[in-house]
Amino acid sequence: MSDTIKFMLNDELREVSGLSPVMTVLQYLRMHENLTGTKEGCAEGDCGACTVMVGDVVDGVMSYRAINACIVFLPTLDGRQVVTVEHLESASGKLHPVQQAMVDCNGSQCGFCTPGFVMSLATLRQNNPKADREAVQDAIAGNLCRCTGYRPILEAADKALRTKKPAVSGDVKKLAALKRKAMFSYEGQGGKFFAPVNITELADILAKYPKATLLAGGTDIGLWVTKMHMPLPVIIYTANVRELQKIKKTNAALEIGAAVTYAAAFDHLAAYDESLHELLRRLGSNQIRSSGTLGGNIANGSPIGDGMPPLIALGAKIVLRSKTGTRQINLEDYFIAYKKQNRKAGEFVEKIIVPTLPKSTLFKTYKISKRFDQDISAVCGAFAITMRNGKIEGARIVYGGMAGTPMRAVHMESYLNGKTWTESTVQGAMAILTQDFAPMSDMRASAEYRTQVAQNLLYRFFIETTDTEQQQRVYSYGA
Amino acid sequence: MARKTLHHPATGAAGQAIPHDSAILHVTGRATYTDDILEPAGCLHAYILKSPHAHARIKGMDVSACYIPGVHAVMTWRDVPGANDVAPVFDGDPVFAEREVLYAGQSVLAVAAESIEIAYQAAQRAVIHYEELPAILDVHTAIQKKSFVGDTYVMRTGDSKAALKKSPRSLSGTLDIGGQDHFYLEGQVALVTPLENNEIHCWSSTQHPSEVQHLIGKVLDIPEHAVTVEVRRMGGAFGGKESQASLIACVAALLARKTNRPVKLRLDRDDDMILTGKRHDFHAAYTVGFDDDGMIRSLDITHAVNCGMSADLSNAIADRAMFHSDNGYYLSDATITSYRCLTHKVSNTAFRGFGGPQGMLVIEYIMDEVARVLGHDPVDVRLANLYDPMGRTEKRCITHYGMKVEDNILGDMIPDLQKSSSYKKRVAEIARFNAKNKILKRGIALTPVKFGISFTLTMLNQGGALVHIYKDGSVQVNHGGTEMGQGLHTKIIQVVATEFGIDHTSVKITATSTGKVPNTSATAASTGADINGKAAQDAVRIIRERLVDFAITEFGVKRTSIRFADNHVHIGTQKMPFVDFVHLAYVNRISLSSNGFYKTPDIHWDRATASGRPFYYFSYGTAVSEVVVDTLTGEYRILRADILHDVGRSLNPAIDIGQIEGGFVQGTGWLTSEELFWNEKGVLRTHSPSTYKIPTARDAPADFRVRLHNGENREDTIYRSKAVGEPPLMLAISVFLAIRDAISAVGNGVVPHLNAPATPESVLKSINDVRARSS
Ligand SMILES: Cc1cc2nc3c(=O)[nH]c(=O)nc-3n(C[C@H](O)[C@H](O)[C@H](O)COP(=O)(O)OP(=O)(O)OC[C@H]3O[C@@H](n4cnc5c(N)ncnc54)[C@H](O)[C@@H]3O)c2cc1C
Ligand code: FES
Ligand code: FES
Repeated sequence: MSDTIKFMLNDELREVSGLSPVMTVLQYLRMHENLTGTKEGCAEGDCGACTVMVGDVVDGVMSYRAINACIVFLPTLDGRQVVTVEHLESASGKLHPVQQAMVDCNGSQCGFCTPGFVMSLATLRQNNPKADREAVQDAIAGNLCRCTGYRPILEAADKALRTKKPAVSGDVKKLAALKRKAMFSYEGQGGKFFAPVNITELADILAKYPKATLLAGGTDIGLWVTKMHMPLPVIIYTANVRELQKIKKTNAALEIGAAVTYAAAFDHLAAYDESLHELLRRLGSNQIRSSGTLGGNIANGSPIGDGMPPLIALGAKIVLRSKTGTRQINLEDYFIAYKKQNRKAGEFVEKIIVPTLPKSTLFKTYKISKRFDQDISAVCGAFAITMRNGKIEGARIVYGGMAGTPMRAVHMESYLNGKTWTESTVQGAMAILTQDFAPMSDMRASAEYRTQVAQNLLYRFFIETTDTEQQQRVYSYGA
Repeated sequence: MARKTLHHPATGAAGQAIPHDSAILHVTGRATYTDDILEPAGCLHAYILKSPHAHARIKGMDVSACYIPGVHAVMTWRDVPGANDVAPVFDGDPVFAEREVLYAGQSVLAVAAESIEIAYQAAQRAVIHYEELPAILDVHTAIQKKSFVGDTYVMRTGDSKAALKKSPRSLSGTLDIGGQDHFYLEGQVALVTPLENNEIHCWSSTQHPSEVQHLIGKVLDIPEHAVTVEVRRMGGAFGGKESQASLIACVAALLARKTNRPVKLRLDRDDDMILTGKRHDFHAAYTVGFDDDGMIRSLDITHAVNCGMSADLSNAIADRAMFHSDNGYYLSDATITSYRCLTHKVSNTAFRGFGGPQGMLVIEYIMDEVARVLGHDPVDVRLANLYDPMGRTEKRCITHYGMKVEDNILGDMIPDLQKSSSYKKRVAEIARFNAKNKILKRGIALTPVKFGISFTLTMLNQGGALVHIYKDGSVQVNHGGTEMGQGLHTKIIQVVATEFGIDHTSVKITATSTGKVPNTSATAASTGADINGKAAQDAVRIIRERLVDFAITEFGVKRTSIRFADNHVHIGTQKMPFVDFVHLAYVNRISLSSNGFYKTPDIHWDRATASGRPFYYFSYGTAVSEVVVDTLTGEYRILRADILHDVGRSLNPAIDIGQIEGGFVQGTGWLTSEELFWNEKGVLRTHSPSTYKIPTARDAPADFRVRLHNGENREDTIYRSKAVGEPPLMLAISVFLAIRDAISAVGNGVVPHLNAPATPESVLKSINDVRARSS
């Protein structure tokens, strides 16, 4: 027996059945609700034209985040509220402050990107009304506009943020009533979708369907459907699993549940270093970070996932669980080869354990891409060295984008260990990077560029840890 | 609205900064784009199957497996009742490939099915046997093999060879200039409904409804009067929906006719980027002779233009690149040669600037280089080489194509901007910064723009409009132009409101339709407001004349005592609300509707002799950009941009500033992060926003100051305004040259080579090269 998908569409209850579990929220809104204000610009999470808000009840109040409706599957809305641009105007037809500011500042030209910007900014205004220019830019880094050149949109944001009331709201009671106590099981057009609510249910259902697709934020999986037209007969959704949503901080380590979104983990991880803060800020976009998870980033095993280099450099471990038990491994040991991971049938990633950074350890991470915001890394580097008696010890140097998996630079590391942290040591280490990596050329960068930049990032690490006067980041320059 | 009889100055007259006429619809999501139109019952969805090969013979095709449940039609070139060609000018753009595919991504067949997913799955089942053939993928090979879409063309003035010999100094170089995807946020889309008696109705996201109409007629073999094409708005176009929209509309029309059902065809982003044309990439080579002051004595430029697999609009685009090889500078002895290369790539097409940007980048790159070699400030070299100023034209005013430049105002604008941007002070400050800083280097550049306004094919410079006043005093306008976000409709509304002296809210523009204004030109070449504004004004004035005649007889007053203002008609000493007056005219059987027409005067062009006056006037602008570059990684950021731009007397300053800022940022994208990458087989690898990076909010200048130049068009354009759509894009050349300036700071004075786009990789490569040559 299939459950129906129950959710609030703006302020109306919807109970949906019979539709494919991989129908996206965008398709549903446009085709089944004729709510065409939400646009499709790419169907892959990269342009923001489809931005809508999703609301959950958190600690008894509504909490909203902006997401890309184009890559989110309809059944993930079960128990939630989705707010579309059509809902922002008041009943009497008064524009929402963000809408009004966009009109006043000439924030739209062709208007196609506009509903998406409005939704991103309305979410920002709701969650962070004191946002400064940087925070506004972060909030709309996942919204592309080809017409305006952005200046009027930034101005509209400044203007709207300063206004009070009204905010988007939802009926907490109605929504709380939709919250499930046990697994949600849905079936439509031959596809199955399960959303367990605790870790036992998850282990059980995965044991029953070991070939099922585990779905977390769907920021990778959404594209398998919209771009690759891949059939996904059985989906197990992890985002409602209570235990996987936990973040635990002890003196020794930070533990992050596999289904914790980047957004939720952000502050904890950013505390490790300013450079990790920057990396996270540049990982996908606000919409991607409010759905996507570190667990998904690790589990998909991509050679260019930005999470891995810093986590491996920090000595992170992961816990894998199945119905039969758990095991803990070093994160770097999870990646066997390109698209091949150390995960057995019936296993899932439960959590990531990131050790606390010892005072004696210097740590930095850097991302290089064609565009600062929302771009996939050509190279991502992370560096951790521990100094003892003026000598380097336990160097951990990790690169993404340089090989088929994220990988430690073992030759560089052993070259560095036992040496003093000086320019000549660094030059020496840079020279042997080619023993560790022979990267490939593709549309993101050539092998030569990847190699040179990977070397130079070590140099950057050296300067940033030794000469703090030297300005060297274009994006913070002048700020 | 119209019933309001308040006496107040009419709102929204020309010159006022009113918001876009659809602004509220945009922000509420109520603006209807083609894909938002409620689909008619029984509507099918179409999918186009693309060629996987750049060049191959089709040895066999079996589509029988495509007929899965839900499929209503499969179509190949054999099923096209009319001509299998959607080319805009010259033949050569087949709807479906026949015996050969000429680029990876070419349309091979199409399926109409009950859902887009079924259509997609069905198309994958087609069995097609290709025999791969050698492909020409770059301009050098094309030139070697004499593979061209048009004749090699030369514009010449004086004798550049002889002048070069006499020049005290000279230098030569090359410059590679990448293409650009339009990346309009709304992809290509059409919705076609078959009507009775073989008639067709088509909603198309197109800049050129008349051409879509013409081509639907051509592929279906029906006359144009049986086809109606409409477009209310596009979600961006930038030239990418000038000729490229036709294929989409025609495939939908063919399938609609075949199935006798409505058919929608909307390209997914990846298909859009793979299947449709882009800005042309160029390879340019130059030799310049000059003297110690940096005065250009001789110039020889060769363009190798990558046109792709067909002519499309390439010849006109390559021409415009040649026209703009002077930018604002007088060339006494110049030879510009243009090779129009046919390659096995997607057919490149119109894109904001239409070849102008590439042409202009080359001369600005040269100016920069000449100044660097001489150790002069590049701005001084630019100023020295300018055409004679407006009002004082003497010897240095004839272009290399024989046109007299009569309106040059750069001599005023450049110093004005230099001053307001503290250019000189910043140059010195940057030098100090660069001397101190090892890793970050800053750079600055000022570049001007002079852009010719008019279609260079004189015939196209005509516009039409249709104006109705209804009995309640509300006014409806249609004109030949299309709205793609540039605010054209808003400006036309302002023109009509101004002419009638009524509030702009009393005037409405509805969808552009081939049934209302026929035989229109594309909304292109920045001419939208110029030609359609004048046509709308003409229509209003015809109606107004009738109303004045009526008032003279009705009220017995003199012609000169009748005025339309403040939402009233002033007749002698009395005044009557516009709506009441209109109603009175209606009762007296006065026609309240008229069409209007306009053709641009004083232009002519003789292609055979490469001379004439192809442009009605020039638009000017200038920008100073400052960047900071990371010499470890090649990353950079625009710190500040100051722009001074000439729009004549602005029809709407808010909209004009929007065009300037948007054009500048789009141009910046073209020259920086937007890299099109084809693999060695000629397959495009950057076909979605995950790999093709247009600027985001953070990439716009951190400090962005735009000013409108205070002036008016010396020609009699609509209220003395100037076109604004394309020219500002080229202001972004200042960003490119600022990056080059910053790169030069790592060397000992050698001139950096920098190809476009200046991706971080391209910048780091240039830095490596400068360092190598400096040591
Ligand atoms: C527009 C856009 C921008 C992006 N930018 C970046 C970027 O800058 N840097 C970057 O690194 N990535 C980027 N990504 C990729 C993506 O966001 C990340 O990989 C993300 O972390 C995936 O997490 P998710 O929760 O969405 O995973 P999902 O898509 O839900 O799943 C990804 C994979 O992980 C598996 N999985 C998920 N949870 C578990 C679990 N608990 N146990 C076992 N397997 C599991 C899934 O089965 C699937 O194979 C981007 C993606 C998009 C669409
Ligand atoms: S449509 Fe582009 S992000 Fe969703
Ligand atoms: S207004 Fe056209 S894309 Fe933003």
